[in-house]
Amino acid sequence: MSTLLDSAREDASRRDWQHLLHVDAVLLFGLFATSVFGLFVLYSAGGQDQSILIRQLVRLGIAFGAMVLIAQLRPQWLQRWSPWLYGLGIVLLVAVLAMGDVGKGAQRWLDFGFVRFQPSEMMKLAVPMMVAWYLADKRLPPTGWKLAVAGALIVVPVVLIARQPDLGTSLLIGSTGFFVLFMAGLSWRLLGGLTLLGAAGAPVLWHFMHDYQRQRVITFLNPEQDPLGTGYHIIQSKIAIGSGGIFGKGWLNGTQAHLEFLPERTTDFIFAVLGEEFGLFGILVLLALYTFIIVRSLHIATQAQDTYGRLLAGSLAMTFFIYIIVNTGMVTGLLPVVGLPLPLVSYGGTSMVTLMAGFGILMSIHTHRKLLTS
Amino acid sequence: MVSRITIKDYLFENRLFMQRSIQALIFAALLVAILIGRLVYLQVLAHEHYITLSDDNRIKILPEPPNRGLIFDRNGVILADNLPSYRLEITPEQVHDNMDAVVDRLAKLVNIRDIDRKRFDRLRKRTPVFKPVPLRFHLSDEEVARFAVDRHRFPGVEIVAGLSRHYPHGPLASHVLGYVGRIDERDLQRIDTSSYSGTTHIGKVGIERTYEKRLHGTVGFRQVETNAEGRVLRTLVRTPPVPGDNLYLTLDLELQNVVEQAFGDRSGAAVAINPDTGEILALVSKPTYDPNLFVNGIDTKTYAALRDDKLQPLFNRALRGQYPPGSTIKPFVGLGGLEQGITTAHAHTFCPGYYQLPGKERKYRDWKHSGHGTVDLTSAIAQSCDVYFYDLALSMGIDRLYNFLSQFGFGTRTGIDISGELPGLMPSRQWKRATRNQPWFPGETLITGIGQGFMLATPLQLASATATLSKYGHRVRPHIVAATQSHDDPGLSPVKVETVLDIPVENRNDWDVIIHAMHEVVQGRHGTARKAGRGAKYQFAGKTGTAQVFGLKKEEKYNAKKLARKLHDHSLFIAFAPLKHPRIAVAVVVEHGGSGSAVAAPIARTILDQYLSRPRS
Repeated sequence: MSTLLDSAREDASRRDWQHLLHVDAVLLFGLFATSVFGLFVLYSAGGQDQSILIRQLVRLGIAFGAMVLIAQLRPQWLQRWSPWLYGLGIVLLVAVLAMGDVGKGAQRWLDFGFVRFQPSEMMKLAVPMMVAWYLADKRLPPTGWKLAVAGALIVVPVVLIARQPDLGTSLLIGSTGFFVLFMAGLSWRLLGGLTLLGAAGAPVLWHFMHDYQRQRVITFLNPEQDPLGTGYHIIQSKIAIGSGGIFGKGWLNGTQAHLEFLPERTTDFIFAVLGEEFGLFGILVLLALYTFIIVRSLHIATQAQDTYGRLLAGSLAMTFFIYIIVNTGMVTGLLPVVGLPLPLVSYGGTSMVTLMAGFGILMSIHTHRKLLTS
Repeated sequence: MVSRITIKDYLFENRLFMQRSIQALIFAALLVAILIGRLVYLQVLAHEHYITLSDDNRIKILPEPPNRGLIFDRNGVILADNLPSYRLEITPEQVHDNMDAVVDRLAKLVNIRDIDRKRFDRLRKRTPVFKPVPLRFHLSDEEVARFAVDRHRFPGVEIVAGLSRHYPHGPLASHVLGYVGRIDERDLQRIDTSSYSGTTHIGKVGIERTYEKRLHGTVGFRQVETNAEGRVLRTLVRTPPVPGDNLYLTLDLELQNVVEQAFGDRSGAAVAINPDTGEILALVSKPTYDPNLFVNGIDTKTYAALRDDKLQPLFNRALRGQYPPGSTIKPFVGLGGLEQGITTAHAHTFCPGYYQLPGKERKYRDWKHSGHGTVDLTSAIAQSCDVYFYDLALSMGIDRLYNFLSQFGFGTRTGIDISGELPGLMPSRQWKRATRNQPWFPGETLITGIGQGFMLATPLQLASATATLSKYGHRVRPHIVAATQSHDDPGLSPVKVETVLDIPVENRNDWDVIIHAMHEVVQGRHGTARKAGRGAKYQFAGKTGTAQVFGLKKEEKYNAKKLARKLHDHSLFIAFAPLKHPRIAVAVVVEHGGSGSAVAAPIARTILDQYLSRPRS
């Protein structure tokens, strides 16, 4: 009897600190473990450069800080501000197209003098929030013109970002919106119809693509066609992963990465470094960590107490998955090179902060529940 | 608000959301399964393939060319050396800019001439893109330093340190040594290309060519790890190259120099040989050229000048110059007469200054218009009486003449170890039938007896035949390399003396008669070369020769003053010394030099004096 009571008390106390800080310990553990693992890979990929490691640590600190900060906000508050955030995002996206900085051949940045800002990052959160806000008081599954409005809310920013042009982010944002609809029960028949429409629309999309985007598709279909140009990335990353074998060449021993055959090895292609040095085994460990995070996130979604919370949480969980599958698919040569980082592992700032802010929202949803039973 | 919320079916929505979460999870699991399938393919099934590609990526095999063997003369004087030199190479595959632009930028650091560019472009077309193509040779230290500073701006461009062949004595003995040059397409057909990977030069002529295999050595290899730019990071495995063997020649550079000096501006050839061993002591062909010009590609202008020079400095007269032996053949013909019992030492012939075949009109002239009067074999040789030898040759007939003279090596290559030797010509009935489809005429036998007509011999053949005569028919193969030295063994391995033939001696006296007659030539009272023999501190034997470059008409008289230089007679002389136990035999040909006694004999004398005045080595 006494042990049962003790464990109950312990359970209550643990909930207490988690509720006090509005942090989900299980999810936090998963994110933390993945980040640490990622740091090891990055240290090797960056040529054992400590300054890269330190900068990444600082970014992780900021990102985790942002997560905890956002977790403090009540979901109801987030819900109320969703349309404003979304509206601001649309305005900024239009502003970017009108007067944004050009970097790497694409307009993505807004320069406010003291800070450079990428509005598309904000939209990664604002779009699912907005769609969830819109559907929150509607009868589910959405049908008819309600569905059309929700669709429009997604398509407008997607088109604006695609025109920057930033295909990767625009697809990602499209999928976050899509997953809100999916979670809301979008009918399978309609899904099938959309897929068909997409297939039919591909040639039209091709027509509107920029040259470098077309080149990426061509290269994806046949990388050997231009082994020293655009196909180089894919060929070299496949060699890196394939030569890693089951257990890899060992940490810091990847020849592809260290001899500089592998391009963008600290950022978009860091998965290849992992595959080369830690082998299939190392990749499975990372995938297990990711699965742990995704399952926990979906669990949080199912535990959410209102429609807004569960739609948003479900969408964020699946967006995280989309990040992973698109990046790994790209590096292993299954998908075109679209330029998405590997979450929590790739070197890079802005997207990581956005990602962790998303987990902050998940934690906020989970820890601000009204406990009916305890 | 309240009324709208009641519309929502919470239980249904809860169930729907649960369903969708599970479906999303299944969707994710499906995609992850595909991903893992892909990874299993890459990392397990195709692992071998990719590990090979990865090694190919990082591991390159670099050949390390061996150092070419050095060449020394018999006294250890270096004749062919290797000097350090730097060359600039570009590997086209690693150059991502426009090649012309890269070369333009390089031209600001190092001097790049048009000829360098042209050669580079030409070589680039037939070299695989992953192989380096040389742009410049022999960079100065300053150029090397300037490039080193800016090296990072030029991926794919390397400075390669190497050794470059150098002939410190320039034109001296160039026809013996020959030279190396860059490997060209014709060379590629005679070499195993893999054993020449990394090697840029190959022996083109002379000893450099004959001894190419020994001088070249064995190529070494380095397995190196490179980065994506192709820069070598570290060596994994190294098989060091084996340097080529050093060669010690039989040549005496000092003697060679004296001979070349003795020729002055005249063109011709001289060969000095040790009759016991066949060692070549000096081998001269004048004029000479500077072999260093050829090592890194001669420019067209200089080459054209050498090629079109009337005196043909590139032509190795000692080995390839085929001259009528003229009267130098007489001792051999005379010996043939004695050994075959056709004549005796005391048999007399009357020389009226011409000879006529029985029943024929044509007069075969003696060089001495007034005739030599009554001559025996000794005086016929000493005074070089043509009529005596017309008569003797006719008695012998072409077949016996051919058989006997062939034993001395006339008409066949001596087999010397320098490339390019020609065989001369010892005419015979069969030869004439085979080449001209004509019968042999007696008149042709006559002129063969005085070394004219069809008969041709190289200076080397004459020297070798003279050596054989001096040694009573013991004929050895002339050779220029005395010993080789491999890099791991400081000792010398001497080249074996090879006896080609011991000519059967019927009567040693016959040979003594001939040798005595040749002694009379230089040191007798009536000898044709008595001037050249005057004052010698040793006894020696010789024979003059004057070879007609063109045939005189019946009654025409040779008049040097009226003829163009290129139609002047060649001046020949053969000799050996000392008379007893000869140590040196020589043959000298001075082109268009006139009579043998006046020009060729003094040169031969200089050789003998120089060689015999020194202590024996």
